[in-house]
Amino acid sequence: MIQGSNMAECHPVGFQWVMEAKARGATVIHVDPRFTRTSAVADLHVPIRAGADIAFLGGIINYALSNEKYFRDYVVAYTNAATILTEDYADTEDLGGVFSGFDREHRLYDMESWRYQGGAVRPAVGERSPAETRAPLTAAEMRKVRRSGRGEAHGSGGAAAHPDPDTDETLTHPRCVFQVLKRHFARYTPEQVAEVTGVPAETFRQVCEQVTANSGRDRTTAFVYSVGWTQHTVGVQYIRTAAILQALLGNMGRPGGGIMALRGHASIQGSTDIPTLFDILPGYLPMPHAHGNEDLETYIAAETVAKGFWANTREYMVSLLKSYWGDAATAENDFCYDYLPRLTGSHSTYETVLAQVAGECKGYFLFGQNPAVGSANAKLQRLGMANLDWLVVRDFTLIESATFWQDGPEIETGELRTADIGTEVFFLPAAAHTEKDGSFTNTQRMLQWHHTAVEPSGDARSDLWFAYHLGRRIRAKLAGSGDETDRPILDLTWDYPVAGPLAEPAADAVLAEINGWDSDGKPLSSYTQLAADGSTACGCWIYCGARADGVNQPARRKPGREQNWVANEWGWAWPANRRILYNRASADPDGKPWSERKALVWWDADKKRWTGHDNPDFIADREPSYRPGKDATGVAAISGADPFIMQADGKAWLFAPAGLADGPLPVHYEPQESPFPNLLYDQQHNPVREILASPRNRYQPSGGQRGSAVFPYVATTYRLTEHHTAGGMSRFLPYLAELQPAFFCEVSPELAAERGLEHAGWATIVTARNAIEARVLVTERMRPVRVAGQVLHQVGLPYHWGPNGLTAGDAANELAHLSLDPNVHIQEVKALACDIRPGRRPRGPALLDLVRSYQRRAGITAKTGTEA
Amino acid sequence: MAHAASGPGPAFATGPADAAGGLDPAASSGYADHPPRMGFFTDTSVCIGCKACEVACKEWNAVPADGLDLTGMSYDNTGALGASTWRHVAFIEQPAPAVPDSVLPDPGGPIAGGDGVRWLMSSDVCKHCTEAACLDVCPTGALLRTEFGTVVVQDDVCNGCGYCVSACPFGVIGRRESDGGAHKCTLCYDRLGDGLTPACAKACPTESIQFGPLDELRERAAGRVTELHEAGVSDARLYGADPADGIGGAGAFFLLLDEPEVYGLPPDPVVTTRDLPRIWRHAATAAASLAVAAILSGAWRRP
Repeated sequence: MIQGSNMAECHPVGFQWVMEAKARGATVIHVDPRFTRTSAVADLHVPIRAGADIAFLGGIINYALSNEKYFRDYVVAYTNAATILTEDYADTEDLGGVFSGFDREHRLYDMESWRYQGGAVRPAVGERSPAETRAPLTAAEMRKVRRSGRGEAHGSGGAAAHPDPDTDETLTHPRCVFQVLKRHFARYTPEQVAEVTGVPAETFRQVCEQVTANSGRDRTTAFVYSVGWTQHTVGVQYIRTAAILQALLGNMGRPGGGIMALRGHASIQGSTDIPTLFDILPGYLPMPHAHGNEDLETYIAAETVAKGFWANTREYMVSLLKSYWGDAATAENDFCYDYLPRLTGSHSTYETVLAQVAGECKGYFLFGQNPAVGSANAKLQRLGMANLDWLVVRDFTLIESATFWQDGPEIETGELRTADIGTEVFFLPAAAHTEKDGSFTNTQRMLQWHHTAVEPSGDARSDLWFAYHLGRRIRAKLAGSGDETDRPILDLTWDYPVAGPLAEPAADAVLAEINGWDSDGKPLSSYTQLAADGSTACGCWIYCGARADGVNQPARRKPGREQNWVANEWGWAWPANRRILYNRASADPDGKPWSERKALVWWDADKKRWTGHDNPDFIADREPSYRPGKDATGVAAISGADPFIMQADGKAWLFAPAGLADGPLPVHYEPQESPFPNLLYDQQHNPVREILASPRNRYQPSGGQRGSAVFPYVATTYRLTEHHTAGGMSRFLPYLAELQPAFFCEVSPELAAERGLEHAGWATIVTARNAIEARVLVTERMRPVRVAGQVLHQVGLPYHWGPNGLTAGDAANELAHLSLDPNVHIQEVKALACDIRPGRRPRGPALLDLVRSYQRRAGITAKTGTEA
Repeated sequence: MAHAASGPGPAFATGPADAAGGLDPAASSGYADHPPRMGFFTDTSVCIGCKACEVACKEWNAVPADGLDLTGMSYDNTGALGASTWRHVAFIEQPAPAVPDSVLPDPGGPIAGGDGVRWLMSSDVCKHCTEAACLDVCPTGALLRTEFGTVVVQDDVCNGCGYCVSACPFGVIGRRESDGGAHKCTLCYDRLGDGLTPACAKACPTESIQFGPLDELRERAAGRVTELHEAGVSDARLYGADPADGIGGAGAFFLLLDEPEVYGLPPDPVVTTRDLPRIWRHAATAAASLAVAAILSGAWRRP
């Protein structure tokens, strides 16, 4: 199942494996609003309304539950289906589309009522300190903590959950997760699915039958998604819905199963593992919050769970601090914990832009990022950058984010004058991946090393070179400073060896630091060696072992034919070179494979060890029959039959008792801007979606509200094979530019007829933010869908273009608003209500007049679209 | 570079046979001991239209970019093969055939519904014909048959006369305005000599473009057609694989999912020089007469 992903176009190299699976008999189903190059080679394309995937997947869950098509033995043993919730929990079924704990005034959930029911709580490992002596957070402080978004923290494990809740393995208790789930998804009937998603009931039935028939003891089904799922105001819950389905069908931790998140470009996975995100530290450790994690002890107490490998948060955190600050980090000074910055709220890229506009954020580094084209509400991005003191752009070429001050769209409209822009822009040419050593981490969590093929030309330098030498120079300037605020910089370990005429830092030395070492400087081989006393240093605990024995493991390239089918000797995957996560679930509770056909790891009773084709993702010598004592904590508290070792209860979560800002179960909410009312619930939108109000970021009225008919169509943005993201790596190259030489929109013949759009002519697409022009491709591949009895036309917008380069055009992101998923702060660019009209857009100030006229017609005010 | 027979003449009226019973063009061209005939099998049923072949070809062969025109022909902005396009991916949007082109295993049964659209993609290339008209008509010997049985233009010999352009039954070869010469796919002759796979096949992520000894490719292709027929894809057929066709079989042949015309390929290509032997006999007679006359007149003697 490929859904929310155009894998063939956006991941053509990885797609070779889909084609190989197909050649071996796999059935490929593509669910997508558009018929793409992926659909062209799929066995079935299911056209779906953009923004309706939860309804679609919820329908499959309902089908599996009501037709007894789930994998019962797996569900009872390995998921939290049997877990009983407290009487305080109220579902969307009871509360008109919101969950218990909803604070409508502050648009936040109190998650207390979502917890498991249970007896005595195990002491959390971290609660060795007098955390309870600390004054409790005020309500306002608590809200700030929640807003900073803890969804990504702890990886998939989420926040603390009760490790030993009450259960009912008959799954009949009215408050057990299984029964809650059944009631919750009962309204996602095939008829409702058809009404909401536009997928005909017969097509939907075929998908349900295919997916469930291909799951169970002998068969597994895999899901593939990309930003078609994530870029929504309910993006995280899209993936949650798939996770519930895959857990019910027994498709997690087993070969041929899983949910593959295809990343947007090379090593995006790496950039969350070793994050470029504001709210996590390497290895998914939460970034400390100013109001919750004052010192190391309170941090550990708050972030450690009682059971499983997150019980060792202290070991991971202390080792990280030791890798940052080396000898300066001691037990006496909390291992320099106070050197870490603190969160005071959400500091995502979009809040940062508003802070730039407000004059609070003064400087900006762009490493291979082109927000003037690639980020939502591109105008706001440029206005933010125009209000900085300084801006550093590191890229291959003069992208729009480097030149907006002289030739950006706002110069033409008169909104900005070059002479008035105070931002000092530094453009520093960057080296390409072929010009530097380093690693890529792919969607399988596999690190693969790449070596310098050619030296960078001219002034181009690697990002590593830039970061290292910038740090070195700053440290030189600060040397001798007595100012305490300079200590975090001066105490950093910053001693990477450099080589060659460019003084290039050794990437392998960085890998060595990430891998970690003991007090003798010997490389570590596993995160289980990490210590809390400061005797180990490790830059990212999940990457520990990547340089085991001092060998660059990601550089291994043993051909597949010279090893088994799991190919563990090609590259290196975290954690501990395990290729399939939670693979203990590929064996039954007794440790035997669910079927020979799907055998992956199993318990060897003679050797008293887990063994198999893959490295077992489990405690190597833990017998399947092992049950922890009541007082056991941490890793010792993991039962021999609990495969999900990162979860606080060892189970796959059908119901998420903690960790998600917008509810323990997924709910179909309409996008921020939708022509339709929510047919499934009274609640129109995700009530806790993040709204960033700004005069430059007006929202449109939705479904049935006065003025919503002004924007009757739904636009969805995407990529083409021929270009790369915001175009910096493709629009400037002749061989790529000529393959897709103009920004275009894709529309159905029906929409073309309705709006008078001419094939290969021009169209103007308008939202409350901006208007853009595009060439028109009229194609049967765009099909109108029937939603709620009405025909909906969708408009396809590839987002690669901007004003610079060999092929130039308007940026689709000019149209997008900033209404974000509350867990991960991602923009909703996959479903945007819009209008489309024939002809080119107005030039100069007349463009602003056009947008204002739309705002007036739709009756848009500062309040529009901001309701919970 | 190996010397090869070229130029006009009844080159392939008779000659050594290859394993499939077709003509062995390298042997016919005078290579007594030569490697197996190499070619492409382009299986369009697995093409995802990524155009990596087009880019890899241009990168390796330093073929210039040739224009930023939005053609409006689906995702095909390349248009056609030519002097600066040696691989061209065609995109054909059409109503889905009445018979579903795929069959799902039970319990789903044959896929019904869908959305009635089919999107065919096919990477076209020089056919490296067994009977190559371009080579037949070339007056300078710039076009040559290689030891691999492929057909290559030598840039430094080509005088830009353009005879080959009109002779090609597929419209593959073209003259480039910037240098006046004729250019087309060389099947990466330089890479072949080093035992490397041609750039396009190397870059193809789905093995839609397969490179290898032609005999093996033909065998593999026949198996693939059978496989597709068994899977219910009754329209699958080979194009250019038959040594008995009008060009003696192509060195680069295709698996198509529809009539060749749909892809912009001639349904029944014939070597345009088929009638040349007869024409040349007349021409030779005339030339001989002229030569005799010249000798008799002593015009060839230097003073």
